[in-house]
Amino acid sequence: MASTTETTETPALAITVDFSGGLEMLFSDQKRHSLSIPATDSHGKPATIASLIDYLCKNTMKDPRAELFVLDDHIRPGILVLINDADWELEGEETYEIQAGDNILFVSTLHGG
Amino acid sequence: MQNSKPDTNGAANSAGNGVAMEERIQPSRSFTDEEFERYSRQMIVPGMGKEGQLRLINSRVLIIGAGGLGCPAAQYIAGAGVGTIGVVDGDVVELSNLHRQVGHATSRIGMKKVDSLITHLRRLNPLPTFVPHASHIDPQNAADIVSQYDVVVDCTDNPATRYLISDVCVLLCKPLVSAASVQKSGQLIVLNCPPTPKGLLDRKYAPCYRCCFKKPPPAGAMLSCGEAGIMGPVVGMMGVAQAGEAIKIIASALHLPPSDPDSAPERNLQQPTLLLYSYDLESAVGPYTFRALKMAGRKKTCFACGENSTLTLDGIKAGNPNYEQFCGLAAPRSNLPPEERITAAAYHAAKTRGELPEHVLVDTREKEHFSFGNIDGAVNVPFGKLLMTAAAVKRGGASADQILAPAELEPLPEDAPIFVVCRRGLDSQEAVEKLKELGMDNGGKRKILDIVGGMKAWKEEVDHSFPFI
Repeated sequence: MASTTETTETPALAITVDFSGGLEMLFSDQKRHSLSIPATDSHGKPATIASLIDYLCKNTMKDPRAELFVLDDHIRPGILVLINDADWELEGEETYEIQAGDNILFVSTLHGG
Repeated sequence: MQNSKPDTNGAANSAGNGVAMEERIQPSRSFTDEEFERYSRQMIVPGMGKEGQLRLINSRVLIIGAGGLGCPAAQYIAGAGVGTIGVVDGDVVELSNLHRQVGHATSRIGMKKVDSLITHLRRLNPLPTFVPHASHIDPQNAADIVSQYDVVVDCTDNPATRYLISDVCVLLCKPLVSAASVQKSGQLIVLNCPPTPKGLLDRKYAPCYRCCFKKPPPAGAMLSCGEAGIMGPVVGMMGVAQAGEAIKIIASALHLPPSDPDSAPERNLQQPTLLLYSYDLESAVGPYTFRALKMAGRKKTCFACGENSTLTLDGIKAGNPNYEQFCGLAAPRSNLPPEERITAAAYHAAKTRGELPEHVLVDTREKEHFSFGNIDGAVNVPFGKLLMTAAAVKRGGASADQILAPAELEPLPEDAPIFVVCRRGLDSQEAVEKLKELGMDNGGKRKILDIVGGMKAWKEEVDHSFPFI
């Protein structure tokens, strides 16, 4: 079945990741990224939001100011994570297992006015 | 000032149809001819009616912040006929406010914002009672001001104030309509509505600001309108939406505490929703221009409204919690030794006297800022780009010279100094450290200096006509 010429055997998950509220600045000024991420993390566990965050830092973020996105291996305070438009708290936060077709939105909270 | 709405001839009308405590409504009151005509177009809207209009007339709304959100919000709240409208702001009107703060006027530059906005609102509708609070809201005055109103509209511009306002609204049981906007994005959420006393726990109870935004971003990650800019229609859209929400809350009596707190969940079957507005300057309205995001309800562990909350009004007044500290406003930034810094005036004087050797002046502002004016000979390397190249150098993917980008630049003598200037003097200090870290100082042969206070200082000390943005 997995007889493609791909080097990895890990199946991939096609998802869209959106950045808003200024976070897009850290990701090539691009608000929407269509990504194909490994379906399992380095320990063979299903990909979660935690592993997605790690993936984004290693592969998608071009800006070196990672501290504007993650702090101590977690998403930094002041960023909301939404899984298919619902607060990640309703879905299990970092442990949510990502499904193909998911839309994950990272929004920086705003304070200006 | 307080309680300007007379509770004339009693008959407090206790209870009735589910919603009690409509004590300020005088059901027998009829509209004046002017009111009837002025509000006719909104009174005939299904769901509003005579009752909704009476609730507006008998309600008191507090607008905190008379800026880009507060101006449009106040216009529609006044237009709709809210009976008492309080406005809180300690600033004065500036020319750079006017592209978005449409409740002020060119002729009122220099006037207190509260007075300027109220002048505008009175022309629109002279019927409401307008109450100016001409100082910024702070832990000392917040409860006294908020307690005079039924609904609070947060139109402020910084996180410390936002947390303060939310905490006070939780303690005083006031619904809060909160919005924020910077550059090309806006956010809006209705909190604490219908209000329920803190400590009552049920996921169906409405969240407060802290339930949704537990911790503020680190100070360095925050963008202000002054630094990042702001599009007028974006902040205006959010302000108008705030007015819409405040009017809905009042017209449907959600600002009045229910007689029975247990009925609160039933009155609030709405999913708490964060509205997101993204304004893309390069495209037309698209599917993600507006997004309605589902938020969770009241949090058990919430510092303000959760089960172990120790928050009190007296505590807030006494400085507990410390909002400034919580929001990291006292966080120190890098401090260079004096020999690595030069004032804008000293740089200019040395340059005009011809005392400066061949050198490079790096301006780390964004290219939009740079394009409006810069010091003669300055090279623009935006801070983000500088950090990015620096990271590439570290990884070995670029040579250090590429940091000072332009290829046409002649290779510099190894002792030619580098001066770094930014907007207000913070990024430039970090840039100096970064350049040294990469060995650009050639083992100390080359000086790398920060121009103290950035282009703001340049305008103040050297060129008063400089177009500082």
